[in-house]
Amino acid sequence: MNDLATYNFAYLDEQTKRMIRRAILKAIAIPGYQVPFASREMPMPYGWGTGGVQVTASILGPKDVLKVIDQGADDTTNAVSIRAFFQKVANVAVTTRTKEATIIQTRHRIPEEKLTEGQILVYQVPIPEPLRFLEPRETETRKMHALEEYGLMHVKLYEDIARNGHIATTYAYPVKVEGRYVMDPSPTPKFDNPKMHMSEALQLFGAGREKRIYAVPPYTDVVSLDFDDHPFEIQSFDKPCALCGAEDVYLDEVILDDKGGRMFVCSDTDHCEDRRACGHAGHMLAHQEAAE
Amino acid sequence: MASQSQIYAGAFADPVFAAQSVFRCLMDGFARPGTIKHLETTGTPPAPLSVAAGAVALTLCDHDTPIWLTSALGKSAVPQWISFHTGASATVSKTDARFAFIEKGAAFPGFDQFSLGTQEYPDRSTTLVIEVEALTGGQVLTAKGPGIKGETEIAVKGLPDVFLEFWTSNRAIFPRGVDLVLTAGDRLVCLPRTTRLSLKEA
Ligand SMILES: [Zn+2]
Repeated sequence: MNDLATYNFAYLDEQTKRMIRRAILKAIAIPGYQVPFASREMPMPYGWGTGGVQVTASILGPKDVLKVIDQGADDTTNAVSIRAFFQKVANVAVTTRTKEATIIQTRHRIPEEKLTEGQILVYQVPIPEPLRFLEPRETETRKMHALEEYGLMHVKLYEDIARNGHIATTYAYPVKVEGRYVMDPSPTPKFDNPKMHMSEALQLFGAGREKRIYAVPPYTDVVSLDFDDHPFEIQSFDKPCALCGAEDVYLDEVILDDKGGRMFVCSDTDHCEDRRACGHAGHMLAHQEAAE
Repeated sequence: MASQSQIYAGAFADPVFAAQSVFRCLMDGFARPGTIKHLETTGTPPAPLSVAAGAVALTLCDHDTPIWLTSALGKSAVPQWISFHTGASATVSKTDARFAFIEKGAAFPGFDQFSLGTQEYPDRSTTLVIEVEALTGGQVLTAKGPGIKGETEIAVKGLPDVFLEFWTSNRAIFPRGVDLVLTAGDRLVCLPRTTRLSLKEA
């Protein structure tokens, strides 16, 4: 990785950045529509967020403060290596604090803290096409988007209800953007879908292997597909976070020991730390303190 | 004939960071239609191209983006300047143009004469960069749409009377349509095709 220091600012050459920047502007002008772009090889394998990395590299400047999360956490291998990459190739300031970041690159979560105007959320997207499972041919799905032919999508979701009694799709739950394009929100839990609606932040999506960029501008309608008799519902959790006591957040299950002990904690690690720093304590933390 | 110095000078002093900063103004501008963005770093393009329009060209144009110029711009040093600094060449075909540049006060072709993209590929449309007299002080229009919380106002000065009619037709063919960058000096306002404009009711 040492020779990266001699590369261009933010790794990509200017010609590539220009091409990606043009795609981003068109993506913002057509919310939810997937703009094709000539994805470049990055010094990391596909599946490691090469689409998100290229978007971030094309927008990033010296004044930015970058946060990178993977499943809500700043300290997973994927998040750490992407953060280190941008520190190296762009000498950019980094943070784990959601409120301090100007750009947040993410895989699989939207931070719990409400994003604000001026912040940009960059999603790493594996499969950008929400209609792919219905129709493998790109020419056909493109036609379906062009004609706004989303009936099959609804049928499939409805079958899901018929078979399971509820909509089983819990990740990458499709949304409709500004009443026009059906869009894949990336494999975030559907718990996060409502955060996309009328967000103050600009949301950009990069799919490297599939060579697509799409966007949701701030203050834009993002509605999860549903039915009159089966309205969209997010997951709910029985207990609050074991560490910080937060309710109404997305929780991950953590195995404590080999005797089946487990607890549920915030998937958003920064949110959890922030709450604990403010004096909030969940039952596990309260137990620990009592034991000390 | 354009002088050599008009053509070879006037690029960004620090191309990488200037392009990044101008791009962020454009990105933020398209994400928040109607907001006036002030460019901190610009080049010095030859007249009659404005500083902001020149910065847009330096930031977004290259050999992949044919540009369309008005006849006045076409006769100036502008085509050679853009070509020398970006690699973009001028085209007489409005439908081939990825970008179109229109100087202050120039007559205005209808937006539907440019590339509007296709229903399958609506992104393949022209972005028009139009220099106006000022970004404030003109007739007040109400703007609504993605990127705008509730509604906002724009009051661009120096747009022809037919502008609103052109824009309304452009809005009606969504997802196809052109996108606009309105420039004045070193400032700009972006209007993506999603923005709905109407006369502010008195
Ligand atoms: Zn917590």
